Amino acid sequence: MEWETVIGLEVHAQLATKSKIFSGASTAYGAAPNTQACAIDLGLPGVLPVLNREAVRMAVKFGLAIGAEISPRSVFARKNYFYPDLPKGYQISQYELPVVGLGKLEIELEDGETKTIGITRAHLEEDAGKSLHEDFHGMSGIDLNRAGTPLLEIVSEPDMRSAKEAVAYLKKLHALVRYLEICDGNMQEGSFRCDANVSVRRKGTEKFGTRAEIKNINSFRFVERAINYEVERQIDILEGGGAVVQETRLYDPDKGETRSMRSKEEANDYRYFPDPDLLPLEIDAGFIEGVRGTLPELPDEKKHRFMTHYGLSAYDAGVLTASREMGDYYEAVVKACGGHAKLAANWVMGELSAALNKDNKEITESPVSAAALGQMLERIEDNTISGKIAKDVFEAMWNGEGSADQVIEKKGLKQITDTGAIEAIIDKVMADNPGQLEQYRSGKDKLFGFFVGQVMKATGGKANPGQVNDLLKKKLQ
Amino acid sequence: MHEKTIAELSAALAKGECSSVELTQHFLKRIETLDGGLNSFVTVTAEQALAQAKAADDRRARGEAGPLTGVPMAQKDIFCTDGVRTTCGSKMLDNFIAPYDATVVERFKAEGCPMLGKTNMDEFAMGSSNETSFHGPVKNPWDTARVPGGSSGGSAAAVAARLTPSATGTDTGGSIRQPAALCGITGLKPTYGRVSRWGMIAFASSLDQGGPMAATAEDCALLANVMSGFDPRDSTSIERPEEDFTARLNEPLKDLRIGLPREFFGEGLDAGVAKAIEEAIEQYRKLGAEVKEVGLPNSGLSVPAYYVVAPAECSSNLARFDGVRYGYRCENPKDLMDLYTRSRGEGFGAEVKRRIMVGTYALSAGYFDAYYLKAQKIRRLIADDFARAFEEVDVILGPTSPSTAFKLGEKTDDPVTMYLSDIYTIAVNLAGLPGMSIPAGFSDGLPVGLQLIGNYFDEARLLGVAHQYQSVTDWHRRIPEGFA
Repeated sequence: MEWETVIGLEVHAQLATKSKIFSGASTAYGAAPNTQACAIDLGLPGVLPVLNREAVRMAVKFGLAIGAEISPRSVFARKNYFYPDLPKGYQISQYELPVVGLGKLEIELEDGETKTIGITRAHLEEDAGKSLHEDFHGMSGIDLNRAGTPLLEIVSEPDMRSAKEAVAYLKKLHALVRYLEICDGNMQEGSFRCDANVSVRRKGTEKFGTRAEIKNINSFRFVERAINYEVERQIDILEGGGAVVQETRLYDPDKGETRSMRSKEEANDYRYFPDPDLLPLEIDAGFIEGVRGTLPELPDEKKHRFMTHYGLSAYDAGVLTASREMGDYYEAVVKACGGHAKLAANWVMGELSAALNKDNKEITESPVSAAALGQMLERIEDNTISGKIAKDVFEAMWNGEGSADQVIEKKGLKQITDTGAIEAIIDKVMADNPGQLEQYRSGKDKLFGFFVGQVMKATGGKANPGQVNDLLKKKLQ
Repeated sequence: MHEKTIAELSAALAKGECSSVELTQHFLKRIETLDGGLNSFVTVTAEQALAQAKAADDRRARGEAGPLTGVPMAQKDIFCTDGVRTTCGSKMLDNFIAPYDATVVERFKAEGCPMLGKTNMDEFAMGSSNETSFHGPVKNPWDTARVPGGSSGGSAAAVAARLTPSATGTDTGGSIRQPAALCGITGLKPTYGRVSRWGMIAFASSLDQGGPMAATAEDCALLANVMSGFDPRDSTSIERPEEDFTARLNEPLKDLRIGLPREFFGEGLDAGVAKAIEEAIEQYRKLGAEVKEVGLPNSGLSVPAYYVVAPAECSSNLARFDGVRYGYRCENPKDLMDLYTRSRGEGFGAEVKRRIMVGTYALSAGYFDAYYLKAQKIRRLIADDFARAFEEVDVILGPTSPSTAFKLGEKTDDPVTMYLSDIYTIAVNLAGLPGMSIPAGFSDGLPVGLQLIGNYFDEARLLGVAHQYQSVTDWHRRIPEGFA
């Protein structure tokens, strides 16, 4: 039996506003509990919400970036339920009329094909606080710093057919919100959170299977694992003659499995109704055009430009535009090294990315600046150092030993390009290895590499490899 | 002093005939000696009031006094007051002290009006008799065996007994106008959005509106000047140029078109009330007004629509009172559900619980369309009725309440009868229009209230229409026996 997986994602992106969506309290992360919760966030009696214009601007920016219709009139509704970290007993959200309507996002699949994923809607809402269940001796602690933080909930169509597609979509969305500078994308701090609706159906059938909503999948890796686990679970049930139950399931990253949180029967009746404290949100064409004017170059546009302008492959351009910071860094390197785009691409994607990965650093935290890396690449291009030596220079720069020129100077890594000097070394190597010389001359061509190695060894790797090759060939004849 | 209107007190202060401290002392003394039998105040803030009075006198001495600087007043206990407890008539908030002032409170402070205290009210403004208050019922100063009306019953009784020259009220379905009528004073419910709701504890957000309660229309105009104005902290506050509500007080009524909604004069209207209203209508004719009948055909739907919308909003507005952060919390909760159910079960009174239940039901999946959505549609029909009527007339006139003050306990077991005492006032809230109640005589020794309804933002005309009537009558000057 062949099964098809159907996935839709709901992403909560925390908008990077300075203050909360309905109050003036700060949204900064990591403050002492309840120090960034004002009377409005605490839900004191008599307080009223006032919408943060900046949050609306960011939502519109997102809508324009995914080619969606911006609703000229959208409505805030109350989602009513009791929980200790929900101070008012309701969450202000958008229900029937969201600010951002139908849009789309293009993702790239592993085989290089592209696929369009529909985005049903995106709406503004406020976040709840946090409940802490440890360290309070049988009680719970409530931190309301996060209460009222603006969120953009981005709901996709059920267009994804595998966990890999889901991850590709999520990564693309993640890059987009960061490009737009509307969300810092920090998944660890919960700025970018994902729930997945997963179902399976027999291949070829139209009707969707019963879905489960999986919560708590807050890394790209967990998304893939959780979905794959859930797909297997549902197939096992169906193949065993059972039926999948519509429910909410929690992903446990330690056990790598999902488990039931609550079923449809236990689901809350949220009693949505328009919030009478807030007027409908009306957005005019002038506001939308104003926001459109602030849109940066988007990932797909940038990728295309990298391919045409720098002559990069689709793959390289894709990697280098995966984040706005990566693209900015790359372009700064190209500029600093005098336009050697391919060399810059190799180094940014190669040595630099490897070093960042190893030290678990973001590109914005790189100890080697784009300008410094560019200068080093210039030294490769002008033959001051070889590509091989450059790796040592880069490592020294990474460890804070100075600029490329300083490292080359201090360590004496300058390439030997003086023909006479190289010839003298070759002569010495030949004299020291008469046996090998004879064997070579009697037809054992493989020994050429031996002589190159000896010369490089004698120069501490500094001899220009091209010159060594040419001169050796002449002398060994 | 206490028989003077605010306009007169303001003049006396300006002339130096008395000081704010003297005035404040006088009213504090009256509260102390006379409120025992009325229970109109929940909290008396004597010390603060006297300090504010002293500051007002100093300000006047510096030549910086505004029109009402130094004239004391009282706040309904629904307005949050920084440092002074705000109970909203509930056990739930009996220990609650807000860390901020409501905009209305701020505005009176800025004007320099000493606050004598906080007045009693129905719990969370839900009631028409002041009997649902956790602090006990308020008695009507005209007959202490009777209710003062509600929910602003404490404010109405205190003004009627001249324990304060004025008090603030809030009106969701008649809570300013009905108690004003039952206590024989003047009350104004402004257009929705005129007075900021910031810091006013919400009952039904789309209907709640604060307003002044005082002896006369002129006083209400002076108070409205202080209370109203755009407030960026309230998204439903309306941004309009500042307006002087006293501007049209002396406008003659010649050619004024008054509409009498035939639906307000039918079955259920007490004969004594009807008679007083007829006489008032006659008085208006004498003043030169043209009186004609108008129709508000959907007004019969206002009570049922109101009792869907208001409870629906209240069920959500009151969810924040959960025993977690502030307010009443039950003893030794055994788990979260126990904390919620007992804190709310013990902290709220019966009427509040009834409305939360009704509202929760009306908003539930499967019932929303049949109740909440339908009620909203009725609201539109009612507003359209008024719009049509205002094409023909300038103001609408009728009784404020179908009867005079009823006996304590008379309607407590029959919520529906109780709800019907707001039958003439509720439509005004559903439409968001301004309305007033003014004293229009007596029936069996009890005050009768006359309701005037105006078009949106037409308060100045409405106050003028009331003032002209008060210029030729003295009902508003009457003070109940024992409080003279």
